[in-house]
Amino acid sequence: MGCVTPSIQNSNVPKRAMPLLEIDNLSVTFQTAGGLFTAVDRVSLHIEPGEIVSIVGESGSGKSVAMLALMGLLPWTAGVTADVLRFDSQDLTTITKPQLRKIIGSQMAMIFQEPMTSLNPCFTVGFQLTETLKIHLGMNRAEQKRRAIELLELVGIPEPEKRLSAYPHQLSGGMNQRVMIAIAISCNPRLLIADEPTTALDVTIQAQILDLLLKLQKEKGMSLVLITHDMGVVAETAERVFVQYAGQQVEQQSVKGLFVSPHHPYTQALLNSLPERSHSRILPSIAGIVPGQFDKPRGCLFSPRCHYVTDLCREKPPIAGPVEFGYALCHYPLAEGVPTNYPEEVRA
Amino acid sequence: MKGDIVLEAKDLTRHYHIDRGTFRSPAVLKALDGATFTLAKGRTLAVVGESGCGKSTLARLVTMIEKPTSGMLSISGIDVRTADRATLMNLHKTVQIVFQDPYGSLNPRQKIGHALEEPLLVNTPMGKKERRDAAMNIINLVGLRPEYYDRYPHMFSGGQRQRIAVARALMLNPNIVVLDEPVSALDVSIRAQILNLIARLQEQFELAYLFISHDLSVVKHIADEVMVMYLGKPVESGSRDTLFAKPHHPYTRALLSATPVADPFRVKERIVLHGELPSPIAPPSGCTFHPRCPSMTDICREKAPETREIDGCRVACYHPKIYP
Repeated sequence: MGCVTPSIQNSNVPKRAMPLLEIDNLSVTFQTAGGLFTAVDRVSLHIEPGEIVSIVGESGSGKSVAMLALMGLLPWTAGVTADVLRFDSQDLTTITKPQLRKIIGSQMAMIFQEPMTSLNPCFTVGFQLTETLKIHLGMNRAEQKRRAIELLELVGIPEPEKRLSAYPHQLSGGMNQRVMIAIAISCNPRLLIADEPTTALDVTIQAQILDLLLKLQKEKGMSLVLITHDMGVVAETAERVFVQYAGQQVEQQSVKGLFVSPHHPYTQALLNSLPERSHSRILPSIAGIVPGQFDKPRGCLFSPRCHYVTDLCREKPPIAGPVEFGYALCHYPLAEGVPTNYPEEVRA
Repeated sequence: MKGDIVLEAKDLTRHYHIDRGTFRSPAVLKALDGATFTLAKGRTLAVVGESGCGKSTLARLVTMIEKPTSGMLSISGIDVRTADRATLMNLHKTVQIVFQDPYGSLNPRQKIGHALEEPLLVNTPMGKKERRDAAMNIINLVGLRPEYYDRYPHMFSGGQRQRIAVARALMLNPNIVVLDEPVSALDVSIRAQILNLIARLQEQFELAYLFISHDLSVVKHIADEVMVMYLGKPVESGSRDTLFAKPHHPYTRALLSATPVADPFRVKERIVLHGELPSPIAPPSGCTFHPRCPSMTDICREKAPETREIDGCRVACYHPKIYP
C-alpha cells in the first residue's frame, strides 16, 4: 500500500486553543529490501497542557515509532512527513537542529521501556543524571550535584548521595526506571512521553512507578503521553485514549467512553478478549494476526480479522468518522456495540 | 479420572550453594523453601508471585530438571527422590513444559516438523512414518496448517510459535504440563487465542496444568487453585474463587490491588508496597514479608508464621484479614 495519499483523513479534527503538542497526519516510512514500509500512517495527536493521554496498541501498531519520530530519534533511513508538527507553537518541521536539541530532553522528554538497556552501563547514575543538567541548564558542578540528589529523592530512591556513584548494574530494574524518570524530569519538561515504562517490571513495582508518574505529572503540571499495550494501565491512569492498529489511528475517546462504548470494531474485539472482562472459559479472541508489510489488505486494515466485515471494507479504505464516533476509522462505526449504517442484507 | 491426584508436593525445598570467593564462606540461597500443594487431573494450579519468588525453581523441580534438596515430591504416585533411573525415565515423559519466550525456546535451525518429532525419536520406538503422522496430527490439533511442517521458526509470529511450543509439549501425551508464563510475551489479541487453546486441550486430554504467571487477570481466568509465593515460600493458597474474593494475606491483597484492571469506573483499595523484594541470600528474619508489610508487628520480625487454614485457604500470616 502506498503511503503518500491525500490527507482527507482527520481533517475534521476541531482546532482548539493552543494545544501543547499538535501532530497532524504524521507518517513514518522505511525503505526496506521489500519496498516502502509504512510504519505510521497519518496519525494525528493533539495534547493539551497538563493532560494524560494514552496511546494503546499491539506490537507493530507504530505507537513507539510515532513518538520516536516526534523526538527525532529515528535513524536517517526513516522518512518522516507531517502536515503539522508543532510543540508549544514552535514548528518542529522547519526548526533548525540546534534549536531542536534545546527542546528535546528539556521541554520534551522520554522514558523508555527497558531501563536496564537504556542507561549506559559504563557510566555512573550520577554522571548520566548530571549530564542533562550541565547541557540544558548550564549548572556548575556543585549545583548539579545538589539538584541530582534532589531529583533522586523526588523519584523515591533511598540514600540518594550514595546512589549517585552507583552503576546501573548495581541497581534493580525498578530503581533504574526511577533513575530514567529522574533524568527525564530533570529539566522540568512540559511534555513527558513514557514508552511502556512498566512492561519490564513486576506488578508491585509497576504500581509504584505509575503512582510516581501520576504524582509528578500532577505536581509539575506536565502533559503525559503513556504508550502501552496494557488495557488495565490505560483504564487506571489515562484521561484520553488513542487506539492504534497496524500503523493507523483507529479511534480516540475519553477513557470512560472507550471502555463503555468503543466505536471501532478492533477496540471492541480487543476489550472483549481481555480475560478480566470475560465470563466464559473460552475467550472471544480475535482470529488471525496483525497484517505485516507484505499482506496489507487493500481496504480496511482490520477487515481480515473483523467481525462485521463486508465487501465495502475489503475494497475501500475507510475514512475517519465524526467526533461522536471517536473519529473511528471504520465504514460502520459502532454505537452502543452495534454497527451503524450497516447494510441490511448482510445483517440478515 | 478427573480429580485424581497426579502431583503431590510436601515441604518441597530447593537450596543453592553460592560461592562468594576465597575469603567468604559460601552462602545458601533458599530459592524454594517449603512448598506444599497437590495437583489433580484436569485441574489448573496457578503459581503467582514476583520475579525471584521461586516460581521457576518450582517448575524445574516438577519437571525433574533438578532434584529437590528436601521434602517430598510424588508424581503419579511415585516418589521422585527414591525412584530408580528406569522409573524416572518413564516419569519424565509424563511431565512436559512450555516456556515463556517462544522466540528463545525453538531452535532456529530446526524445522518445525523435526522439532515436534524429536521427543518421539528420543523416547519411543516409532518409525519415521508414524512420527510424521503424529506430528501432523498435533499440528492440526493446535490450529496450525499442515504446510508448516517444513518451515523454520523465524517464519512464524509469536502466537504461532507458542502454539508450536504447546504442540511439542503434547507430543508424548503427558499428564502434567507446566506452563511457565506462556502468554506474558504475547499481544492481547493473541493472548486470548493461546488461552483458549490451552483451555480446549485441557478439556480434551484431561491435562493437569501447573500455570506459572505474574498476571493475576489471566490467573483469575484460567486457574482452579491459586498459590501465591513470596521469597520462596507460599504465603497463601486456596481455591481461585475464595482467594480472589477474600484475600487474607497482606501480600496477596497488595498484589491484587497493584494489578491494573481494565475498568475505569472501579474504585479500589490501593495498597502500594514500599521497597523491593529483599535478596534471597539474606532474607529478612521471621516473616520474610515483614519489611514491606503494612500490618507488621514485633512478632513478625521474630518468628516465621505457621500456615493455618482460614475460609479454606492456607495462609501464613499473624495478621490476616478476617472477613465476616
